[in-house]
Amino acid sequence: MTTTLTDTRRAPANGAPAVNRPTTRRRKRAGRTMHAGRLTYAFLVLATLTSMFPLYYTLVAASRSNADIARVPPVLWPGPNLLHNFQQALQQADIGRALLNSLIVSSSITVGTVLCSTLAGFAFAKLRFRGRNALLAFTVGTMMIPPQLGVIPLFMVIAKLQWANQLQAVILPSLVSAFGVFFMRQYIAQSLPDELIEAARVDGASTSRIFWTIVIPVARPAMAVLGLLTFMTAWNDFFWPIIALSSQEPTVQVALRQLGGGYVQDQSVIMAGTLLGTLPVLVVFGLLGRQIVGGIMHGAVKG
Amino acid sequence: MTLVAPAPGARPSPPAPAPARRALRALSPYGYIAPFFTLFAAFGLFPLLYTAYISFYKVELQTPGDKLWRGWSNYTAVFDDPFFWTALRNTFTLGALSTIPQLMLALGLAHLLNYKLRGRTLFRTVMLLPYATSVAAATLVFAQLFGHDFGLVNYALSLVGIGPVDWQTGTWTSQTAVSCIVIWRWTGYNALIFLAGMQSIPADLYEAAEMDGASRWRQFFHVTLPGLRPTIVFAVIMSTIGATQLFGEPLLFEGSASGGISHQYQTLGLYMYEQGWSFFHLGRAAAIAWVMFLLILLLVGLNALLTRRRPAKETAR
Repeated sequence: MTTTLTDTRRAPANGAPAVNRPTTRRRKRAGRTMHAGRLTYAFLVLATLTSMFPLYYTLVAASRSNADIARVPPVLWPGPNLLHNFQQALQQADIGRALLNSLIVSSSITVGTVLCSTLAGFAFAKLRFRGRNALLAFTVGTMMIPPQLGVIPLFMVIAKLQWANQLQAVILPSLVSAFGVFFMRQYIAQSLPDELIEAARVDGASTSRIFWTIVIPVARPAMAVLGLLTFMTAWNDFFWPIIALSSQEPTVQVALRQLGGGYVQDQSVIMAGTLLGTLPVLVVFGLLGRQIVGGIMHGAVKG
Repeated sequence: MTLVAPAPGARPSPPAPAPARRALRALSPYGYIAPFFTLFAAFGLFPLLYTAYISFYKVELQTPGDKLWRGWSNYTAVFDDPFFWTALRNTFTLGALSTIPQLMLALGLAHLLNYKLRGRTLFRTVMLLPYATSVAAATLVFAQLFGHDFGLVNYALSLVGIGPVDWQTGTWTSQTAVSCIVIWRWTGYNALIFLAGMQSIPADLYEAAEMDGASRWRQFFHVTLPGLRPTIVFAVIMSTIGATQLFGEPLLFEGSASGGISHQYQTLGLYMYEQGWSFFHLGRAAAIAWVMFLLILLLVGLNALLTRRRPAKETAR
């Protein structure tokens, strides 16, 4: 981020090939390359265990009976009740419906955000138009505004449209991401040579043709990473969904709020619901964690 | 046609197109940013400005269509409410309790991750796991861990002879517990941000420092930290903004919008939610939202001021 902040100040227009910098540097051994000692590993393993433990404990509690959880000394390994507790959670908090809703909501938001961001990112990176720099600076500035603050009028609009408890109420407001636009702009500016676009223009290609046949293929890796990050954020979004939706049409987070709100007494069922609601993201993370890590670090230096 | 005149010559290479096509080409970029800005105007900018408007009216949750002019009274009502001041104080203390240890830990972790490591992808991925966990899920688990009678934390403490801590009703204890959730979720993420910053520090700086006989510690303080300054500033700003709107953790820790029995860990975000959706005062909630917005502007501005005071040195990058 920092580099980009200075980048935009310096030359937002022609996106200097900053992307090449880190790679060439890495070849020249960027950063430090000291070997880690035992103590380093010890600390890292400790940090890793701390990161995993609450999730592991969720599994333990979700697979036990309520009485087991309350035992002293506490039980620290999984028990046999997992499926039973899953069933209970599905019945008591409608987690099944919540999972389906979350899937619909998060997928729609992901597709919409990636598309909007790629379109706008391409325009900001490669097209010339009046007010471009001002608009880009404005977009970056809005990344600082927490969406929480606009919740009240949004709620009034939703109420007026009678969208309360309908999924579009949580999809539409989340379709825009200033971060996404910025992320795509940086990537396209750096990885798509101007000459390629010039050449296509000489061949008589229209802008939209250039977008679909040149920009999209080049930008695909960044679109995938942005999609992953967007999906995770959308799946975990909390504030607006608990306002716009209720237990009649919950997303996972709304259902979890219900679970924690005291209606369900059984702690092991609460933990089973928590586990069910978290599993899909954990699966995505397990499969594509490396890409997500790369995306975040990439975004840190450049977006 | 006149539209085109001021903006020619931007692209000299393509063969001169017909005027109509040129006009289209001059306008077409706006078509690409239009989807984003339309949605942004509707769901980002308009709500923010309209919040300011609403904050001067009495609007109740049950009848969001009816507005009654109230002038500044929503604001005075907020400032007269002792719970507002409690929430403001809590926002700062919770913010400090969660942000400071989190960023220090993240810095340390990033430093360790920056060594040549076996299984570095695994370490990085696992450290990002908490970030992938939702606020709701994390809070429900931590509420369990911090349980008074059967919580693991109290059990572990009892092993070293510390009596059962009341993580729910005490001000500092409950705020510590809530901060732990924030720290757990965000430390790994920030460590990766710092790590990315560290990796863009040129290696020759370290080589030079080593040749001057600087120890690893000195290298950390005199090469890594200065090189990381912009990243740290960014992380501090983002964490501060995050802290001012802390919401899900205090809401779900015990499941009530009051943030504990005596509001001991109610944040401004939660206070706004309580006014709007527990007490039905949307107008007053809007006033709180604007107070929060101004507070964020103030904090970010202060941050910018503090960091601009010492420019220099950044040329090294």
